[in-house]
Amino acid sequence: MARQRHWLEHPVTQNFLVPILAVVLSFSVGAIFIAIVGQNPIEVYYVLFSQTLGNEYGIGQLLFKTTPLIFTGLSVAICFKAGLFNIGAEGQLQIGAFLTALVGMYTFGVPAYLEVPLLILAGMVGGGIWGFIPGYLKAKTGAHEVINTIMLNFVALALVSYFATNLFNVPATVHTPPIAPSGKIPRFDAFLSGFEGSPVNFSIFIAIAACIFVWYYVQRTKLGYELRVVGLNSKAAEYGGISVAKNLILSMTIGGALAGLVGTNYVMGYKYYFEEGFSAETGFMAIAVALLGNNNPFGVILAALLFGMLEYGGLVINTMVPKELVNILQAIVIIFVISSNKIFRKTLNNFLKTRRLSIEQ
Amino acid sequence: MNKRLLHYSLVFLLTSLSLGLQSCGKPKPSGPPNSEVGLVFDVGGRGDKSFNDAAYDGLVMAKDSLGIKYQYIEPGGGADRESALRQLASKKSVGLIFGVGFMFTDDITRIAKDFPDKKFACIDYTYDSTKAIPSNLIPIEFREEEGSFLVGAIAGLMTKTDKVGFIGGMESPLIRKFQVGYQAGVKCVNPKAKVLVAYAGVTPDAFKNPAKGKELALSQYSQGADIIYHASGVTGLGVFEAAREMNKYAIGVDMDQWNEAPGHVLTSMVKKGNMAVYDIIKEWKAGKFKGGMPAIFGLRDDGVDFVYDKNNKPLIPKSVYDRVEQLKQDIIDGKIKVPAR
Amino acid sequence: MPYAIQLINITKRFARTVANDNVRLAVLDGSIHALVGENGAGKTTLMEVLYGLYQPDSGKIKIHENEVTIRSPHDSIKLGIGMVHQHFMLVPTLTILENIILGAEDAKHGFLNLSRTTSRIAELADSFSLSVPLNERVQDVGVGIQQRVEILKAIYRRADILILDEPTAVLTPQESTQLFGILSELKQQGKTIVLITHKLNEVMAISEHVSVMRKGKIAGELDTAETNPQEIAQLMVGRPVLLKVEKDKSKTGHPVLSVNDLSYVDRRGIAILKDVSLEVSSGEILGIAGIEGNGQTQLVEAITGLLKPTSGTIMLNGINLGDLSVSQIFESGLAHIPEDRIKRGLVVDLPIKENLILGMHTRNEFSSRLSMKLSGIEQNAKLLIEKYDVRPPNPDALARELSGGNQQKVIIARELSRNSKLIVASQPTRGVDIGGTEFIHRTLVSERDNGKAILLISADLTEILSLSDRIAVIYDGRIVKVFSDNKVEESELGLYMTGTKGNGKTAALA
Repeated sequence: MARQRHWLEHPVTQNFLVPILAVVLSFSVGAIFIAIVGQNPIEVYYVLFSQTLGNEYGIGQLLFKTTPLIFTGLSVAICFKAGLFNIGAEGQLQIGAFLTALVGMYTFGVPAYLEVPLLILAGMVGGGIWGFIPGYLKAKTGAHEVINTIMLNFVALALVSYFATNLFNVPATVHTPPIAPSGKIPRFDAFLSGFEGSPVNFSIFIAIAACIFVWYYVQRTKLGYELRVVGLNSKAAEYGGISVAKNLILSMTIGGALAGLVGTNYVMGYKYYFEEGFSAETGFMAIAVALLGNNNPFGVILAALLFGMLEYGGLVINTMVPKELVNILQAIVIIFVISSNKIFRKTLNNFLKTRRLSIEQ
Repeated sequence: MNKRLLHYSLVFLLTSLSLGLQSCGKPKPSGPPNSEVGLVFDVGGRGDKSFNDAAYDGLVMAKDSLGIKYQYIEPGGGADRESALRQLASKKSVGLIFGVGFMFTDDITRIAKDFPDKKFACIDYTYDSTKAIPSNLIPIEFREEEGSFLVGAIAGLMTKTDKVGFIGGMESPLIRKFQVGYQAGVKCVNPKAKVLVAYAGVTPDAFKNPAKGKELALSQYSQGADIIYHASGVTGLGVFEAAREMNKYAIGVDMDQWNEAPGHVLTSMVKKGNMAVYDIIKEWKAGKFKGGMPAIFGLRDDGVDFVYDKNNKPLIPKSVYDRVEQLKQDIIDGKIKVPAR
Repeated sequence: MPYAIQLINITKRFARTVANDNVRLAVLDGSIHALVGENGAGKTTLMEVLYGLYQPDSGKIKIHENEVTIRSPHDSIKLGIGMVHQHFMLVPTLTILENIILGAEDAKHGFLNLSRTTSRIAELADSFSLSVPLNERVQDVGVGIQQRVEILKAIYRRADILILDEPTAVLTPQESTQLFGILSELKQQGKTIVLITHKLNEVMAISEHVSVMRKGKIAGELDTAETNPQEIAQLMVGRPVLLKVEKDKSKTGHPVLSVNDLSYVDRRGIAILKDVSLEVSSGEILGIAGIEGNGQTQLVEAITGLLKPTSGTIMLNGINLGDLSVSQIFESGLAHIPEDRIKRGLVVDLPIKENLILGMHTRNEFSSRLSMKLSGIEQNAKLLIEKYDVRPPNPDALARELSGGNQQKVIIARELSRNSKLIVASQPTRGVDIGGTEFIHRTLVSERDNGKAILLISADLTEILSLSDRIAVIYDGRIVKVFSDNKVEESELGLYMTGTKGNGKTAALA
């Protein structure tokens, strides 16, 4: 029997509706916690939304937080496509961003049209090396990438921390000297006064370009085809004459290079130097971003926007509720959104079914 | 049945939330312009039992005795500092904003320039003589070397082995001030005494490594030191553990650290961040905020001191206490100049 | 005679499909009843409803003429129903005795009464000629024995109705014969047996009645004595089926594949292939018969480049494959239908069109230097889907969504589209139903007639016998016998396959 499909049943509607429902529900649960600490949840949420989405400054801050999440989210996602779990985005971004700053501080006098690509490349090379190592070890020795990327995070953090506070630092600080002015990426507020003061800069367009690149690479190129086959069924890849080792190494290297681009946002677009401890664990949040974005480059953008909003929103409401509560709220949202997918879909469809039955009867 | 319940609760939550948002409108109106104080903590925030907590204590003091309202933010990462300062500065009701820690140096300078109508103060600001300090910003500096001098004198007077130790966290100009002042205090009262010096590392992690602290302390105790002064943050917890194990003395830093190893903490060099915060709020309220120049908190201003209370009184002979009080007075009077580097 | 089982108008729906649609089935007490049908016809679901693994959406079940409700296997066991699944439900690390009593321990105050149990089981085994070594671990005995353990386990639980799901799928001809002996014995002693199968010779050999299912419905109920395989097959597929492969005599040409003294020692140092030599010429099908696990997998992997042999040479069209990569071997004229289509042959989460270019994605039709050529891929898919009648005919459908037979069609379509000289076909019809099998067999024969050399590896002797022009038997890593035609008895093959004949000696190349 042919039957008109209810608009709620359309997969596209559901793909949007389900995460939104999850966010709404998680905010409701968060409200209970806010009420427990003696604040009015509605007031807190009003501040949260009005100051992140209500003006250009807030949007600028949100986008600034979103940019590194896109880079690292893509990093995790592309490795995931190859069947690898990249926990190492944090280390990769640290090395990449540091190398960007390092090259930037020694290349004064280079014109911008060379300097900007050079510094971007430096970041990609730094992160790429840090992704290549676990990829190579996985391909050649079978050493598990989860363990190796975690370990390399420690190494990376210790290395850049040592370099940024001892060898290359401005005395009595934990940051490097500034990069050459020609390597700076312009901020939005240089053109649009509404964004005044917010650090959002044009590196977000690099992030969007990276998304398009990843999508094209995975879906449309020969290597992307190989990468998907390896990720979905490495035995079939072997059978089809596709080198599993090559693709594992390649995807980890590309993933690392993507994470290494985080430096464009912070080093080239905001502070103009590398500072110890700048990233606030973006590389770990990236795992949630990739999962929530379903490892799809455009899904990653949406997920990164949500997490970017939560991160800046957390800061905004911090004067009203303690930091711990902000963390709880973020965690609740993540848990709900990631685990709810199935539950909500089922509930929604059951709801539609019962409704339809009652109409038919 | 269960599913139905889920539907209804979902619908209920949605409607109540949207109704709530509509009816609520804007949050409560805030106080009159420039009446409140804002403060941004260092990463790590409250609960560090050190200068973050001390600064918070100063806010509470100001609230209790001056009737001041305050707001604070605990940023999550490096990029949040500027955003947090800016957020507080852009609130009409906030007139004075503190940044806690030397990491704020660049950010607070920039924000101070962006908000010339607001006042700013920064604890442990890194002073760079080549750069002008905005006139609405007060860098807060402590004479750690003076307090360290006094605890050094106590150590010099009380050592039985003529050997004492110093353990620093991350090697840096700031911690060197503690070391130099301490060494000068020891030598001043006991010229033949030797000071063993060790640092836990060269990165900020050196402030968070109790195992390393214990290792260094055990090594110094076994070399004959009987009193160790630490300026190493959490790393110092390892020093106290070593003192307990070896039945030796240690000297605390920043706050009174008696409770970390009761009976083994000879004294502590206290840095009164709370006093600094309180004093600056008080002056600001009285309309006497003077920016552009560092505010220095030494012995004279009660910004640093050593602990002498009912806990450690039994450990320190009266003669030693009297001698150290005399040295303190000499420093305040300018008779003794304590080196800082 | 009274009925042991009556299923009355059973309907069972899954999310989108109706697995059983108003099914009626009646099994006489003390009879052997065959339930046949193609894959996905609903046989297994029906039996799992009976066994209590699923609840029917509607319908009634009567056991020994009493209406019952079966909510779980626990209920069905109490009613005297036992089921031997296709995949055995045994604990490999426990002994046979422990497996049999597992869940039905004869215990007092928590202590097992082992001696009493042992003697009871031995008695049971004896009376049904079900000899099993009770104290061996399950992992140490062959599948034939394991199956007996499953049967014994059911009888020990006092089952008088036994359901066997494709019991001969894993057995050698000899073992199958023994199994049928056991089943007759069980019947003699009054047990009722339901045999799920799609092998028509078995139906004819042992059953008294046969029910045919097609697309979730009963398509026919027959007395075995009054029917023939042709009729049953037609009921199963819904159209006339050619059960016998029709082929002319082969026109053998020049040798395409020659394997010489191929040996392979695995990582644990065990010799898997021992001096294997064989030759396949254009226009012929060489069938390799053997019980699984005698080196067939490694032989195929060595030829296709997936495994590096320890010694020996493999020549394809005069090219030594020794140092070539998998893709180079493909390019020099190989097509490979792998034995495990889900594990190796397909990427089930990719669409059909992308599966159809696996191993050919670097060809000019499908990609330029960097990018894939979407239109080329799409066209290729449309062409092959139509030519090989893949259903659904949608290039974008995921391979996961296809039935086993259609998945196999995708692989065959891809491999034959390589235009190779040699086709290595490993278990090409495993898990494929009669209709699909017929199609695959016809395709292989027509490729042979087009001058291709075909190496066929199959555990299904009927398939080997009906397709091969020559037959080689592999046992314990050696080719122990080569028959220069396919005029050989199954039982004769079975003797070589089990090492009873030709033991230890490598057969001379025929």
